[in-house]
Amino acid sequence: MIKTDILIIGAGPTGLFAVFEAGLLKLKCHLIDALPQAGGQCAEIYPKKPIYDIPGFPEILAGELVNNLMKQIEPFQPGFTLGERADTIEKLEDGTFIVTTDKGTKHHAPIVAIAGGLGSFEPRKPPITNLSDFEDKGVEYIIRNPEMYRDKNIVISGGGDSALDWSIFLTDVAKSVTLVHRRNEFRGALDSVEKVQELKNLGKIELITPAEVIGLVGKERLEEVVIKQGAEVFNRECDHFIPLFGLSPKLGPIADWGLEIEKNAIKVNNALDYQTNIPGIYAIGDVNTYPGKLKLILCGFHEATLMCQSAYQRIFPDKRYVMKYTTVGGVEGFDGSKKEAPKAVVKSID
Amino acid sequence: MKDIKITITDRQGVKHQVDAPTDMNMNLMEVIRSYELAPEGTIGICGGMAMCASCQCYVQSDHPLPEMGQDEDLMLSEAFHVQDNSRLSCQIFITETLNGLEVELAPEA
Repeated sequence: MIKTDILIIGAGPTGLFAVFEAGLLKLKCHLIDALPQAGGQCAEIYPKKPIYDIPGFPEILAGELVNNLMKQIEPFQPGFTLGERADTIEKLEDGTFIVTTDKGTKHHAPIVAIAGGLGSFEPRKPPITNLSDFEDKGVEYIIRNPEMYRDKNIVISGGGDSALDWSIFLTDVAKSVTLVHRRNEFRGALDSVEKVQELKNLGKIELITPAEVIGLVGKERLEEVVIKQGAEVFNRECDHFIPLFGLSPKLGPIADWGLEIEKNAIKVNNALDYQTNIPGIYAIGDVNTYPGKLKLILCGFHEATLMCQSAYQRIFPDKRYVMKYTTVGGVEGFDGSKKEAPKAVVKSID
Repeated sequence: MKDIKITITDRQGVKHQVDAPTDMNMNLMEVIRSYELAPEGTIGICGGMAMCASCQCYVQSDHPLPEMGQDEDLMLSEAFHVQDNSRLSCQIFITETLNGLEVELAPEA
Protein backbone atom coordinates (compact mmCIF):
# COMPACT_ATOMS: atom_id res chain seq x y z
CA MET A 1 0.00 0.00 0.00
CA ILE A 2 1.36 3.39 -1.05
CA LYS A 3 0.73 6.08 1.59
CA THR A 4 0.84 9.80 0.98
CA ASP A 5 -0.76 13.08 2.06
CA ILE A 6 -2.30 14.14 -1.24
CA LEU A 7 -3.00 11.53 -3.86
CA ILE A 8 -3.13 13.27 -7.23
CA ILE A 9 -4.87 11.54 -10.10
CA GLY A 10 -3.39 12.79 -13.33
CA ALA A 11 0.23 13.86 -13.88
CA GLY A 12 -0.42 16.71 -16.31
CA PRO A 13 0.77 20.27 -15.64
CA THR A 14 -1.91 20.97 -13.02
CA GLY A 15 -1.22 17.77 -11.08
CA LEU A 16 2.53 18.36 -11.23
CA PHE A 17 2.26 21.94 -9.98
CA ALA A 18 0.06 20.78 -7.10
CA VAL A 19 3.11 18.81 -5.86
CA PHE A 20 5.03 22.07 -5.58
CA GLU A 21 2.30 23.94 -3.70
CA ALA A 22 1.76 20.96 -1.40
CA GLY A 23 5.50 20.73 -0.81
CA LEU A 24 5.62 24.30 0.46
CA LEU A 25 3.11 23.14 3.09
CA LYS A 26 5.24 20.06 3.89
CA LEU A 27 2.65 17.77 2.38
CA LYS A 28 3.84 14.78 0.35
CA CYS A 29 2.21 13.84 -2.95
CA HIS A 30 1.89 10.74 -5.07
CA LEU A 31 0.60 10.83 -8.64
CA ILE A 32 -1.26 8.19 -10.65
CA ASP A 33 -1.45 8.44 -14.44
CA ALA A 34 -2.74 6.06 -17.10
CA LEU A 35 0.02 7.14 -19.46
CA PRO A 36 3.52 5.69 -19.06
CA GLN A 37 5.05 9.17 -18.66
CA ALA A 38 4.23 12.36 -16.76
CA GLY A 39 2.99 15.45 -18.58
CA GLY A 40 -0.55 14.52 -19.62
CA GLN A 41 -1.75 16.01 -22.91
CA CYS A 42 1.32 18.27 -23.07
CA ALA A 43 3.54 15.20 -23.33
CA GLU A 44 1.20 12.83 -25.15
CA ILE A 45 -0.51 15.02 -27.75
CA TYR A 46 1.49 18.16 -28.37
CA PRO A 47 4.99 18.16 -26.79
CA LYS A 48 6.45 20.12 -29.72
CA LYS A 49 3.73 22.78 -29.82
CA PRO A 50 4.40 26.22 -28.36
CA ILE A 51 2.22 27.67 -25.58
CA TYR A 52 2.02 31.46 -25.38
CA ASP A 53 -0.10 32.10 -22.30
CA ILE A 54 1.98 30.78 -19.43
CA PRO A 55 2.67 33.86 -17.30
CA GLY A 56 6.31 34.84 -17.52
CA PHE A 57 7.01 32.66 -20.56
CA PRO A 58 6.46 34.56 -23.84
CA GLU A 59 6.72 31.18 -25.53
CA ILE A 60 7.39 27.67 -24.25
CA LEU A 61 7.04 24.24 -25.82
CA ALA A 62 4.53 22.01 -24.03
CA GLY A 63 7.23 19.37 -23.53
CA GLU A 64 9.59 21.97 -22.07
CA LEU A 65 6.91 23.16 -19.67
CA VAL A 66 6.54 19.60 -18.39
CA ASN A 67 10.31 19.25 -18.01
CA ASN A 68 10.45 22.52 -16.07
CA LEU A 69 7.61 21.44 -13.79
CA MET A 70 9.34 18.12 -13.12
CA LYS A 71 12.47 20.04 -12.17
CA GLN A 72 10.50 22.46 -9.99
CA ILE A 73 8.87 19.64 -7.99
CA GLU A 74 11.97 17.44 -7.73
CA PRO A 75 12.87 18.68 -4.18
CA PHE A 76 9.48 17.43 -3.00
CA GLN A 77 10.17 13.85 -4.12
CA PRO A 78 6.73 12.95 -5.48
CA GLY A 79 5.90 9.29 -6.02
CA PHE A 80 4.50 8.09 -9.34
CA THR A 81 2.28 5.20 -10.34
CA LEU A 82 2.48 5.47 -14.13
CA GLY A 83 0.80 3.38 -16.82
CA GLU A 84 -2.04 2.53 -14.44
CA ARG A 85 -5.53 3.94 -14.41
CA ALA A 86 -7.22 4.91 -11.13
CA ASP A 87 -10.26 2.65 -11.13
CA THR A 88 -11.97 2.56 -7.75
CA ILE A 89 -12.13 4.67 -4.63
CA GLU A 90 -13.16 3.62 -1.15
CA LYS A 91 -13.78 6.01 1.74
CA LEU A 92 -12.70 4.54 5.07
CA GLU A 93 -14.41 5.24 8.40
CA ASP A 94 -11.74 7.76 9.38
CA GLY A 95 -12.51 9.80 6.25
CA THR A 96 -9.36 8.76 4.35
CA PHE A 97 -9.41 7.14 0.94
CA ILE A 98 -8.05 4.06 -0.78
CA VAL A 99 -7.68 4.36 -4.54
CA THR A 100 -6.97 1.19 -6.51
CA THR A 101 -5.68 1.12 -10.08
CA ASP A 102 -6.62 -1.23 -12.91
CA LYS A 103 -3.46 -3.21 -12.07
CA GLY A 104 -4.42 -3.53 -8.43
CA THR A 105 -1.97 -1.00 -6.93
CA LYS A 106 -3.48 0.47 -3.76
CA HIS A 107 -2.91 4.04 -2.54
CA HIS A 108 -3.98 5.44 0.82
CA ALA A 109 -4.35 9.18 1.48
CA PRO A 110 -6.46 11.61 3.47
CA ILE A 111 -6.86 13.85 0.39
CA VAL A 112 -7.54 12.93 -3.22
CA ALA A 113 -7.03 15.60 -5.89
CA ILE A 114 -8.35 14.67 -9.30
CA ALA A 115 -6.32 16.49 -11.95
CA GLY A 116 -7.38 14.16 -14.71
CA GLY A 117 -7.73 16.61 -17.60
CA LEU A 118 -10.17 15.26 -20.14
CA GLY A 119 -9.82 11.80 -18.63
CA SER A 120 -7.49 8.86 -19.00
CA PHE A 121 -6.17 8.14 -22.45
CA GLU A 122 -7.81 5.10 -24.00
CA PRO A 123 -7.03 3.55 -27.39
CA ARG A 124 -9.21 4.73 -30.26
CA LYS A 125 -11.01 1.73 -31.71
CA PRO A 126 -11.82 1.51 -35.41
CA PRO A 127 -15.52 1.04 -36.26
CA ILE A 128 -15.41 -2.66 -37.19
CA THR A 129 -18.68 -4.28 -36.14
CA ASN A 130 -17.34 -7.47 -34.51
CA LEU A 131 -14.12 -5.92 -33.17
CA SER A 132 -15.02 -6.40 -29.50
CA ASP A 133 -15.70 -10.13 -30.06
CA PHE A 134 -11.99 -10.64 -30.70
CA GLU A 135 -10.53 -8.43 -27.96
CA ASP A 136 -7.79 -10.48 -26.26
CA LYS A 137 -8.53 -13.24 -28.78
CA GLY A 138 -6.22 -11.82 -31.38
CA VAL A 139 -7.09 -8.12 -31.22
CA GLU A 140 -4.96 -5.88 -29.02
CA TYR A 141 -4.86 -2.08 -28.93
CA ILE A 142 -1.74 -1.76 -26.82
CA ILE A 143 1.37 -3.89 -27.09
CA ARG A 144 2.24 -4.93 -23.57
CA ASN A 145 4.32 -8.01 -24.17
CA PRO A 146 6.00 -8.21 -27.60
CA GLU A 147 6.96 -11.84 -26.92
CA MET A 148 3.37 -12.94 -27.45
CA TYR A 149 3.83 -12.09 -31.14
CA ARG A 150 6.83 -14.36 -31.60
CA ASP A 151 6.50 -16.39 -34.81
CA LYS A 152 2.97 -15.11 -35.38
CA ASN A 153 1.41 -13.39 -38.36
CA ILE A 154 0.62 -9.81 -37.43
CA VAL A 155 -1.52 -7.18 -39.14
CA ILE A 156 -1.14 -3.61 -37.88
CA SER A 157 -3.24 -0.69 -39.04
CA GLY A 158 -2.69 3.04 -38.59
CA GLY A 159 -0.45 5.74 -40.01
CA GLY A 160 1.15 7.43 -36.99
CA ASP A 161 4.30 6.83 -35.00
CA SER A 162 3.05 3.89 -32.97
CA ALA A 163 1.90 1.98 -36.06
CA LEU A 164 5.24 2.56 -37.76
CA ASP A 165 7.41 1.95 -34.70
CA TRP A 166 5.70 -1.29 -33.72
CA SER A 167 5.75 -2.55 -37.32
CA ILE A 168 9.51 -1.97 -37.34
CA PHE A 169 10.02 -3.57 -33.93
CA LEU A 170 7.91 -6.64 -34.62
CA THR A 171 9.77 -7.57 -37.81
CA ASP A 172 12.43 -9.05 -35.52
CA VAL A 173 9.90 -11.02 -33.51
CA ALA A 174 6.94 -12.00 -35.66
CA LYS A 175 6.72 -14.47 -38.51
CA SER A 176 5.21 -11.79 -40.73
CA VAL A 177 4.23 -8.14 -40.34
CA THR A 178 1.64 -6.49 -42.57
CA LEU A 179 0.94 -2.77 -42.23
CA VAL A 180 -2.37 -1.50 -43.57
CA HIS A 181 -3.01 2.23 -43.94
CA ARG A 182 -5.60 4.26 -45.76
CA ARG A 183 -3.00 6.42 -47.47
CA ASN A 184 0.38 6.02 -49.05
CA GLU A 185 1.60 8.86 -46.82
CA PHE A 186 2.30 8.36 -43.11
CA ARG A 187 1.99 10.89 -40.31
CA GLY A 188 4.83 9.47 -38.24
CA ALA A 189 8.41 10.70 -37.88
CA LEU A 190 10.37 10.82 -41.13
CA ASP A 191 13.09 8.37 -40.04
CA SER A 192 10.42 5.81 -39.04
CA VAL A 193 8.78 6.18 -42.45
CA GLU A 194 12.16 5.66 -44.12
CA LYS A 195 12.87 2.60 -41.98
CA VAL A 196 9.54 1.05 -42.96
CA GLN A 197 10.34 1.77 -46.61
CA GLU A 198 13.68 -0.01 -46.17
CA LEU A 199 12.06 -3.02 -44.46
CA LYS A 200 9.45 -3.14 -47.19
CA ASN A 201 12.18 -3.21 -49.84
CA LEU A 202 13.84 -6.08 -47.94
CA GLY A 203 10.52 -7.93 -47.90
CA LYS A 204 10.29 -7.85 -44.10
CA ILE A 205 7.15 -5.72 -43.94
CA GLU A 206 4.27 -6.06 -46.30
CA LEU A 207 2.69 -2.68 -46.87
CA ILE A 208 -0.92 -2.59 -48.05
CA THR A 209 -1.91 0.97 -48.98
CA PRO A 210 -4.22 2.72 -49.55
CA ALA A 211 -6.36 0.17 -47.80
CA GLU A 212 -8.42 -0.45 -44.72
CA VAL A 213 -9.22 -3.40 -42.47
CA ILE A 214 -13.01 -3.60 -42.63
CA GLY A 215 -13.82 -6.96 -41.04
CA LEU A 216 -12.58 -9.77 -38.81
CA VAL A 217 -13.12 -13.49 -39.25
CA GLY A 218 -12.60 -16.35 -36.82
CA LYS A 219 -14.30 -19.00 -34.71
CA GLU A 220 -12.76 -19.06 -31.23
CA ARG A 221 -9.97 -16.65 -32.06
CA LEU A 222 -9.09 -14.25 -34.83
CA GLU A 223 -8.10 -16.12 -37.98
CA GLU A 224 -8.34 -13.59 -40.80
CA VAL A 225 -8.81 -9.90 -41.41
CA VAL A 226 -10.85 -8.56 -44.31
CA ILE A 227 -8.99 -5.83 -46.20
CA LYS A 228 -10.50 -3.39 -48.65
CA GLN A 229 -8.08 -1.89 -51.14
CA GLY A 230 -9.81 0.29 -53.71
CA ALA A 231 -12.66 -1.76 -55.16
CA GLU A 232 -10.98 -5.02 -54.18
CA VAL A 233 -11.88 -6.87 -50.97
CA PHE A 234 -9.75 -9.81 -49.79
CA ASN A 235 -9.01 -11.84 -46.69
CA ARG A 236 -5.63 -12.18 -45.08
CA GLU A 237 -4.74 -14.90 -42.57
CA CYS A 238 -3.36 -13.57 -39.32
CA ASP A 239 -2.98 -14.43 -35.64
CA HIS A 240 -3.13 -10.87 -34.34
CA PHE A 241 -4.67 -7.62 -35.51
CA ILE A 242 -3.30 -4.52 -33.79
CA PRO A 243 -5.16 -1.30 -34.63
CA LEU A 244 -2.96 1.65 -33.57
CA PHE A 245 -4.98 4.82 -34.07
CA GLY A 246 -3.73 6.83 -31.13
CA LEU A 247 -5.34 7.58 -27.82
CA SER A 248 -8.38 9.57 -26.87
CA PRO A 249 -9.21 10.79 -23.36
CA LYS A 250 -12.27 9.39 -21.60
CA LEU A 251 -13.47 10.33 -18.13
CA GLY A 252 -13.73 6.59 -17.50
CA PRO A 253 -14.22 5.00 -14.08
CA ILE A 254 -14.01 8.37 -12.23
CA ALA A 255 -17.51 9.03 -13.59
CA ASP A 256 -18.75 6.27 -11.25
CA TRP A 257 -17.19 7.60 -8.04
CA GLY A 258 -20.35 9.33 -6.88
CA LEU A 259 -19.09 12.74 -7.91
CA GLU A 260 -21.44 15.32 -9.40
CA ILE A 261 -20.72 15.37 -13.13
CA GLU A 262 -21.76 18.08 -15.56
CA LYS A 263 -20.67 18.40 -19.20
CA ASN A 264 -18.21 15.51 -18.84
CA ALA A 265 -16.49 17.34 -15.96
CA ILE A 266 -16.60 17.25 -12.16
CA LYS A 267 -18.55 20.00 -10.42
CA VAL A 268 -16.57 21.80 -7.72
CA ASN A 269 -16.97 24.61 -5.25
CA ASN A 270 -15.03 27.34 -7.02
CA ALA A 271 -15.93 30.00 -4.48
CA LEU A 272 -13.83 28.19 -1.89
CA ASP A 273 -11.35 25.45 -2.64
CA TYR A 274 -12.31 23.32 -5.67
CA GLN A 275 -13.66 20.55 -3.47
CA THR A 276 -16.22 18.17 -5.01
CA ASN A 277 -19.49 17.02 -3.46
CA ILE A 278 -17.46 14.39 -1.56
CA PRO A 279 -15.46 16.07 1.25
CA GLY A 280 -11.76 15.32 0.88
CA ILE A 281 -11.95 14.84 -2.88
CA TYR A 282 -10.92 17.87 -4.93
CA ALA A 283 -10.94 18.34 -8.71
CA ILE A 284 -8.52 20.78 -10.34
CA GLY A 285 -7.59 21.74 -13.90
CA ASP A 286 -9.47 20.75 -17.05
CA VAL A 287 -11.35 17.96 -15.27
CA ASN A 288 -13.50 20.31 -13.20
CA THR A 289 -16.34 22.65 -14.03
CA TYR A 290 -17.93 25.68 -12.39
CA PRO A 291 -19.59 28.84 -13.68
CA GLY A 292 -17.11 30.67 -15.86
CA LYS A 293 -14.63 27.78 -16.02
CA LEU A 294 -11.79 28.15 -18.50
CA LYS A 295 -9.69 25.14 -19.45
CA LEU A 296 -6.32 26.84 -19.29
CA ILE A 297 -3.08 25.59 -17.74
CA LEU A 298 -2.72 28.86 -15.85
CA CYS A 299 -6.18 28.40 -14.30
CA GLY A 300 -5.20 24.87 -13.28
CA PHE A 301 -2.15 26.25 -11.46
CA HIS A 302 -4.34 28.65 -9.50
CA GLU A 303 -6.81 25.91 -8.63
CA ALA A 304 -3.99 23.61 -7.49
CA THR A 305 -2.68 26.32 -5.16
CA LEU A 306 -6.02 26.93 -3.46
CA MET A 307 -6.71 23.21 -3.23
CA CYS A 308 -3.45 22.63 -1.33
CA GLN A 309 -4.24 25.30 1.27
CA SER A 310 -7.64 23.71 1.85
CA ALA A 311 -6.11 20.23 1.99
CA TYR A 312 -3.69 21.40 4.68
CA GLN A 313 -6.56 22.72 6.82
CA ARG A 314 -8.40 19.45 6.32
CA ILE A 315 -5.43 17.34 7.38
CA PHE A 316 -4.52 19.67 10.30
CA PRO A 317 -7.82 21.25 11.41
CA ASP A 318 -6.28 22.59 14.64
CA LYS A 319 -3.18 24.18 13.15
CA ARG A 320 -2.99 27.85 12.23
CA TYR A 321 -1.11 28.74 9.08
CA VAL A 322 -0.67 31.69 6.76
CA MET A 323 0.60 31.42 3.24
CA LYS A 324 4.28 32.30 2.88
CA TYR A 325 5.92 33.82 -0.19
CA THR A 326 8.73 31.68 -1.63
CA THR A 327 10.82 34.85 -1.91
CA VAL A 328 10.57 35.12 1.87
CA GLY A 329 10.54 31.52 3.01
CA GLY A 330 12.54 29.91 0.20
CA VAL A 331 11.93 26.33 -0.84
CA GLU A 332 12.93 23.56 1.54
CA GLY A 333 12.93 20.22 -0.22
CA PHE A 334 12.17 16.88 1.40
CA ASP A 335 15.53 15.82 0.03
CA GLY A 336 17.33 18.24 2.37
CA SER A 337 17.87 20.85 -0.34
CA LYS A 338 17.18 24.48 0.41
CA LYS A 339 16.72 27.35 -1.99
CA GLU A 340 16.39 30.88 -0.67
CA ALA A 341 16.95 34.47 -1.59
CA PRO A 342 20.53 35.58 -0.88
CA LYS A 343 20.87 37.66 2.27
CA ALA A 344 21.58 41.34 1.81
CA VAL A 345 25.16 42.36 2.45
CA VAL A 346 25.28 45.19 4.92
CA LYS A 347 28.23 47.49 4.93
CA SER A 348 28.59 50.59 7.02
CA ILE A 349 29.99 53.84 5.73
CA ASP A 350 32.73 55.26 7.93
CA MET B 1 -17.63 43.02 -39.91
CA LYS B 2 -20.83 41.07 -39.86
CA ASP B 3 -21.90 37.71 -38.58
CA ILE B 4 -22.59 34.91 -41.03
CA LYS B 5 -25.19 32.14 -40.88
CA ILE B 6 -24.12 28.53 -40.65
CA THR B 7 -26.34 25.47 -40.54
CA ILE B 8 -24.98 22.69 -38.35
CA THR B 9 -26.54 19.24 -38.09
CA ASP B 10 -25.63 17.77 -34.71
CA ARG B 11 -24.83 14.10 -33.97
CA GLN B 12 -28.51 13.41 -33.27
CA GLY B 13 -29.46 14.70 -36.72
CA VAL B 14 -30.99 17.98 -35.48
CA LYS B 15 -30.33 21.05 -37.63
CA HIS B 16 -29.32 24.33 -36.01
CA GLN B 17 -28.90 27.64 -37.81
CA VAL B 18 -26.39 29.75 -35.90
CA ASP B 19 -24.69 33.13 -36.21
CA ALA B 20 -20.91 33.10 -36.32
CA PRO B 21 -18.71 36.20 -36.02
CA THR B 22 -16.16 36.82 -38.75
CA ASP B 23 -14.02 39.15 -36.65
CA MET B 24 -13.05 36.95 -33.69
CA ASN B 25 -10.55 34.62 -35.37
CA MET B 26 -12.94 31.73 -34.62
CA ASN B 27 -12.94 28.40 -36.34
CA LEU B 28 -15.96 26.24 -37.00
CA MET B 29 -15.15 23.83 -34.15
CA GLU B 30 -15.23 26.75 -31.72
CA VAL B 31 -18.55 27.97 -33.13
CA ILE B 32 -20.01 24.49 -32.58
CA ARG B 33 -18.70 24.49 -28.99
CA SER B 34 -19.94 28.01 -28.32
CA TYR B 35 -23.48 26.87 -29.13
CA GLU B 36 -22.94 23.61 -27.20
CA LEU B 37 -23.99 21.51 -30.19
CA ALA B 38 -21.78 18.61 -29.03
CA PRO B 39 -21.01 17.68 -25.41
CA GLU B 40 -17.79 19.11 -24.00
CA GLY B 41 -15.07 16.50 -24.01
CA THR B 42 -16.33 14.98 -27.27
CA ILE B 43 -15.24 17.77 -29.62
CA GLY B 44 -12.09 19.83 -29.91
CA ILE B 45 -10.17 17.53 -27.57
CA CYS B 46 -6.76 18.68 -28.81
CA GLY B 47 -7.92 22.29 -28.66
CA GLY B 48 -7.87 22.85 -32.42
CA MET B 49 -4.43 21.66 -33.53
CA ALA B 50 -5.68 19.11 -36.08
CA MET B 51 -4.30 16.42 -33.81
CA CYS B 52 -7.35 14.42 -32.74
CA ALA B 53 -10.15 14.45 -35.36
CA SER B 54 -12.86 14.80 -32.69
CA CYS B 55 -14.25 17.81 -34.60
CA GLN B 56 -14.62 16.01 -37.92
CA CYS B 57 -17.59 17.25 -39.97
CA TYR B 58 -19.10 16.60 -43.38
CA VAL B 59 -19.41 19.70 -45.55
CA GLN B 60 -22.75 19.58 -47.33
CA SER B 61 -22.82 22.90 -49.16
CA ASP B 62 -20.72 24.01 -52.08
CA HIS B 63 -18.64 26.75 -50.45
CA PRO B 64 -15.01 27.52 -51.31
CA LEU B 65 -13.20 26.21 -48.23
CA PRO B 66 -9.62 26.88 -47.17
CA GLU B 67 -7.33 24.30 -48.70
CA MET B 68 -6.60 21.32 -46.53
CA GLY B 69 -3.23 21.51 -44.80
CA GLN B 70 -0.97 18.49 -44.45
CA ASP B 71 -1.71 18.13 -40.72
CA GLU B 72 -5.43 17.96 -41.37
CA ASP B 73 -5.06 15.64 -44.35
CA LEU B 74 -2.93 13.13 -42.45
CA MET B 75 -5.12 13.30 -39.33
CA LEU B 76 -8.13 12.50 -41.48
CA SER B 77 -6.22 9.56 -42.94
CA GLU B 78 -6.36 8.00 -39.47
CA ALA B 79 -9.83 9.16 -38.46
CA PHE B 80 -12.91 6.95 -38.53
CA HIS B 81 -16.18 7.46 -40.47
CA VAL B 82 -14.32 9.53 -43.06
CA GLN B 83 -16.17 10.52 -46.25
CA ASP B 84 -15.10 12.47 -49.33
CA ASN B 85 -16.52 15.68 -47.84
CA SER B 86 -14.87 15.22 -44.42
CA ARG B 87 -13.02 18.17 -42.90
CA LEU B 88 -11.72 18.98 -39.44
CA SER B 89 -13.90 21.89 -38.36
CA CYS B 90 -11.04 23.37 -36.32
CA GLN B 91 -9.24 24.09 -39.57
CA ILE B 92 -12.13 26.04 -41.13
CA PHE B 93 -11.91 29.68 -40.06
CA ILE B 94 -15.04 31.80 -40.18
CA THR B 95 -14.96 34.28 -43.04
CA GLU B 96 -17.69 36.12 -44.94
CA THR B 97 -17.34 33.79 -47.91
CA LEU B 98 -18.67 30.96 -45.73
CA ASN B 99 -22.08 32.61 -45.24
CA GLY B 100 -24.74 29.90 -45.64
CA LEU B 101 -22.28 27.03 -45.01
CA GLU B 102 -23.96 23.72 -44.15
CA VAL B 103 -22.15 20.99 -42.22
CA GLU B 104 -22.97 17.83 -40.32
CA LEU B 105 -20.96 16.58 -37.34
CA ALA B 106 -19.33 13.18 -37.82
CA PRO B 107 -20.13 10.52 -35.17
CA GLU B 108 -18.10 10.54 -31.98
CA ALA B 109 -15.14 8.20 -32.30
